Amino acid sequence: MARIIVVTSGKGGVGKTTTSAAIAMGLAKRGHKTAVIDFDVGLRNLDLVMGCERRVVYDLVNVINNEASLKQALIKDKRCDQLYILPASQTRDKDALTDDGVERVLEELSKEFKYIVCDSPAGIERGATLAMYFADDAFVVTNPEVSSVRDSDRMLGILASKSRRAERGEEPIREYLLLTRYSPDRVKLGEMLSVDDVQEILSLHLLGVIPESKSVLSASNSGTPVILDEQSDAGQAYADVVARYLGEDKPHRFIEEEKKGLFSKLFGSR
Amino acid sequence: MSNVAVSVPKAVLEFKSTSLTVPVLILTGSDGKTIEQQIKDKVAQAPEFFKHSPLLVDLQKLNAQHADLAIDVLIASIRQQGFMPIGIRGGTDSQNQVALSLGLPVHALHGGNVPLNSKPEAKVLSMPEIEDPASSVDDSSASDSPQNNGIENKLIDHPVRSGQRVYARGDLIVTASVSVGAEIMAEGNIHVYGTLRGRALAGVLGNTAARIFCSDLQAELISIAGIYQLSDDLGSHAPHKPVQISLDKQTLLIKDI
Repeated sequence: MARIIVVTSGKGGVGKTTTSAAIAMGLAKRGHKTAVIDFDVGLRNLDLVMGCERRVVYDLVNVINNEASLKQALIKDKRCDQLYILPASQTRDKDALTDDGVERVLEELSKEFKYIVCDSPAGIERGATLAMYFADDAFVVTNPEVSSVRDSDRMLGILASKSRRAERGEEPIREYLLLTRYSPDRVKLGEMLSVDDVQEILSLHLLGVIPESKSVLSASNSGTPVILDEQSDAGQAYADVVARYLGEDKPHRFIEEEKKGLFSKLFGSR
Repeated sequence: MSNVAVSVPKAVLEFKSTSLTVPVLILTGSDGKTIEQQIKDKVAQAPEFFKHSPLLVDLQKLNAQHADLAIDVLIASIRQQGFMPIGIRGGTDSQNQVALSLGLPVHALHGGNVPLNSKPEAKVLSMPEIEDPASSVDDSSASDSPQNNGIENKLIDHPVRSGQRVYARGDLIVTASVSVGAEIMAEGNIHVYGTLRGRALAGVLGNTAARIFCSDLQAELISIAGIYQLSDDLGSHAPHKPVQISLDKQTLLIKDI
């Protein structure tokens, strides 16, 4: 059985799609067969970030409506043969997603894949609730500012009550915190919440802190998941996240201010 | 999330207890004709009010006079007048048997003073019931509920998130934090062993003796028996310190513990 991961946040623009693309690629790079699904029907973006927008023929809604088979709709990544992308439809809206249809797609994918990453749309409406309903694990993507933290808190409440696991009374969804767009300089100036501030409010298992980085934007624009940019801090941070998710013990990085010219100091602190 | 067809069926129901107010017909005489006539007169005063009204038949006073009455005839007569009998109470063993055979539940008497010849199982019902907080399933049978006085303490051991609401009919104990935008309410006291950031309303049915206890008060709003204070009024009241809040006349008092 596959492990279904939902990448969610409540608030928009915090880095859900970037995160979905990065961790899906990270898991696949480590040899786990992974599928990543875009649930943002009507505002699809994942295909752009994954750099496969020109290869989209069929999409999630087509599969749900039995207009195409899963095989036809899945796009194999050119960089990693363990990674497949199931894009969202741009011409439909979220009402095209049905409970039964989504369940069928996930069930079918579960037979073949080890991990299924669901890129949730923003908000707490249909697309978002469906993306998380069948999840086993949730990556809650949060920016270090109050409105994002509150929305994540709200999302966690919904995760706890409106998931299949909750309704069946099974072991609850494992919730992980991913703090993105983190800037230690601005935390020091008091312009941003610190990791501790966020943790105090959300009290979640911290899977990683992704620093604010220019490499994220350029990676998105070029259609390359940022995790493939091994030189960038964000890419390394995502690689750590994947490693921690898979059970490896990695110390947290990018929380402290970076000292110029002392890059090795970060590694020296292990 | 309806219509999810899965191999393991998800829960589509839960058992809970509720209390409701129903009219009770207390019989003090056993003459069938008289009873029928008097019910008719009563119904004539407010026919719409009594139409399809549920009715509980109380036989305690009647049986105290050792007067006998054919339950099946009585029930048929009541039904004919537009009532929907929902059971009897205070009946003798034989009356209870007849009621059960008619598909009518046998209810317990209030206060536990069960007549000698009625089944002992009934007296459990009049005791305050404390529900296991871990499960929302109340397995006491449905016919028991009208006399359950409903004290129900609740224990929450996970954070109460923004947008969630928790209501306890007795005391509410939260062993984690309560987030901004969450609302916790109790008819009794509230205990929060984490940071209280949301809204906390104790004694919501007017219990002025209810209190709120928390280990760190950063609430948006606190209220006891409807008297409330907003976070602005709380000012810099002892943050990061355990406090208790009680009601003194019309004022909320916040004291260190």
